[in-house]
Amino acid sequence: MKVLKLVVPVLLAVACAKEGANSSATASSTAASSGGSVDLTGAGSSFAYPIYSKWAALYAAKTGVKVNYQSIGSSGGIRQLSDEIVDFGASDGPMTDQQLAQAKGGPILHIPTVLGGVSVTYNLPTVQQPLKITGDVLAQLYMGKITKWNDSRIASLNPGVTLPSLDVIVVHRSDGSGTTYIFSDYLATVSRAWASAVGRGQSLNWPVGLGGKGSEGVAGQVKQTPGAVGYVELSYAKQNNLPSALIRNAAGAWVAPTLESVTAAAAGVVPTLPANTDYRISIVNGPGKGTYPISSFTWILVYQHQKDPVKGKKLVDFLNWALTDGEAEAAPLDYAPLPASMATTVKAKLATIDLTGAK
Amino acid sequence: MTSLPVDWLENDRRKLRVDASAYGDKIYEALTAACALAIPALVIAIAVAIFAAAWPAFAKLGFSIVTTSDWDVRAGHFGAAPAIFGTLVSSTVALIIATPLAIGVAIFLSEFAPLWLRQPIGFLVDLLAAIPSVVYGLWGIFVLIPLLREHVMPFLRDTLHLGATPFFSGPAYGPSMLAAGVILAIMALPYISSVSREVLMAVPRSQREAALALGATRWEMIRDAVIPYARSGIIGGIMLGLGRALGETMAVTMVIGNRPEISASLLAPGYTMASLIANEFSEATSDLHLSALMAVGAVLFIITLIVNAVARWLVWSVGRRRTQ
Repeated sequence: MKVLKLVVPVLLAVACAKEGANSSATASSTAASSGGSVDLTGAGSSFAYPIYSKWAALYAAKTGVKVNYQSIGSSGGIRQLSDEIVDFGASDGPMTDQQLAQAKGGPILHIPTVLGGVSVTYNLPTVQQPLKITGDVLAQLYMGKITKWNDSRIASLNPGVTLPSLDVIVVHRSDGSGTTYIFSDYLATVSRAWASAVGRGQSLNWPVGLGGKGSEGVAGQVKQTPGAVGYVELSYAKQNNLPSALIRNAAGAWVAPTLESVTAAAAGVVPTLPANTDYRISIVNGPGKGTYPISSFTWILVYQHQKDPVKGKKLVDFLNWALTDGEAEAAPLDYAPLPASMATTVKAKLATIDLTGAK
Repeated sequence: MTSLPVDWLENDRRKLRVDASAYGDKIYEALTAACALAIPALVIAIAVAIFAAAWPAFAKLGFSIVTTSDWDVRAGHFGAAPAIFGTLVSSTVALIIATPLAIGVAIFLSEFAPLWLRQPIGFLVDLLAAIPSVVYGLWGIFVLIPLLREHVMPFLRDTLHLGATPFFSGPAYGPSMLAAGVILAIMALPYISSVSREVLMAVPRSQREAALALGATRWEMIRDAVIPYARSGIIGGIMLGLGRALGETMAVTMVIGNRPEISASLLAPGYTMASLIANEFSEATSDLHLSALMAVGAVLFIITLIVNAVARWLVWSVGRRRTQ
């Protein structure tokens, strides 16, 4: 046992050192400054991982400040920030009041970074033009109240389209996910029946349907099953050429999920925000003619009072850069950028972060 | 796993090298003892960690975790009965499919196959164990599920009229308990067949020759002389396969449909304990939710323990019957 006690920590240390060396090898070749150490750590949303890791790479190349972001899921990000393990968290859903109260490092700011939309995809081989669907009908599909595609409630929304008499096969995410949160947030907003029977959350007690693991599980199931309907992130639907339904927004227009229509959802909400908003806002079913209704921010979470002034400054600088130059990287990765006006007000929020180190 | 020729004892009797110094022995003994002790220590450490994390859920919800079937995170209901049911049923289906196949493979390889065929087939069967489970899952989604939905399920339900029984009734979506069982059968097969092949090959040649000398046909020889001799080893192999099936997570999650409901029909989607944990752990928000998932892990741990104990008992009782 004595040998083991010695061997295990040594092995762990070797493994960790190796890991560190590997991950920093690429970064340090471009960054001239400090040797091998990571300056800022973050964890959370896997949805936002592609853009945050892109930002980290670009920012390291530009300034030498290294940002290590781990996509462990939104809940994990919130937990790690609350326990002060990481410098910033990231989440696809806003923190609850209870979660905020439990954070060990004091008040937390929600910094919206980019936007994501959720596409409703389907498999109806005989239907050529995009299917039109309302939030209420979508809720009824997902509650098992509409079981055939040629149901009059769907047919009346799609005049001139011959809908097949296929059974509706509902597919949802089986793993806890921010995508599920946004989707259920929308359904709960537009359908009272959904709000009381199912509600909103990252994992739900689904009334009907099959669970697919991850976007690829849902998409795979929908692609193969005639009559299936599912939901995936806009970026995933776009990259995999999945058909996306047009959704009727609050203004009564039929809108396809695009980066523009998702950004428009944020732009529609901005004027209604109070000056002291904490940005814990839902923008589903938002106002505006060109607005895609199943849209949401994704947030970076930071403490209002930074304990380490040097690190705090680095964090604020990084976020400022992300909201300025970083936003341009959003569209190529299929994220919707923040509306320009909003980036300015969010940066004003960043300026309120206390870097004195006092608590 | 390399295969041993039947008569390895005769041919390959290794000469023990006698070392004058006992110092090396001491170090060697200490090292192996440390390795051997590390395993129980690890198992105990894992058990303690799981049960400690699961305790808040057990304290709050008691046995309702095991006995109720309503898993609603928002309402704070954590009933894992459908997942427990799914784990047991999918593993049982897997064993029903895999055991005859695997033993057939093992008998063919040890008794009938010409030497030139023995190696490649044995190698390919063992290779099944080396395929990552996520690859099985992908294969399940893109090949197995369409096959089941388009052909196998309608055949079972309508052509064979098994749809009249509750076990094959209802619509065929594809993702189902049956799909999970078939995937698990393929994954468990190499474990059962490798172990069975080894023990069949280890049956002494004299055993076979005695049976043949008494006028037994080849089939009678295998049935009455070879298999009884190897039975405890084969059961051990089956239990190894069962252990694999009980704990498998990724591939099952991808094909079972993840629906927490108890249904008698194998065509209906289901859920397993391992899938439940894998699906919800990373996005579990409340402490009770996390703890409930750990409690499911603890139940899975206990079930695996029971299965292994039963396997030990079976192997032991079979062995005892033979010596009597």
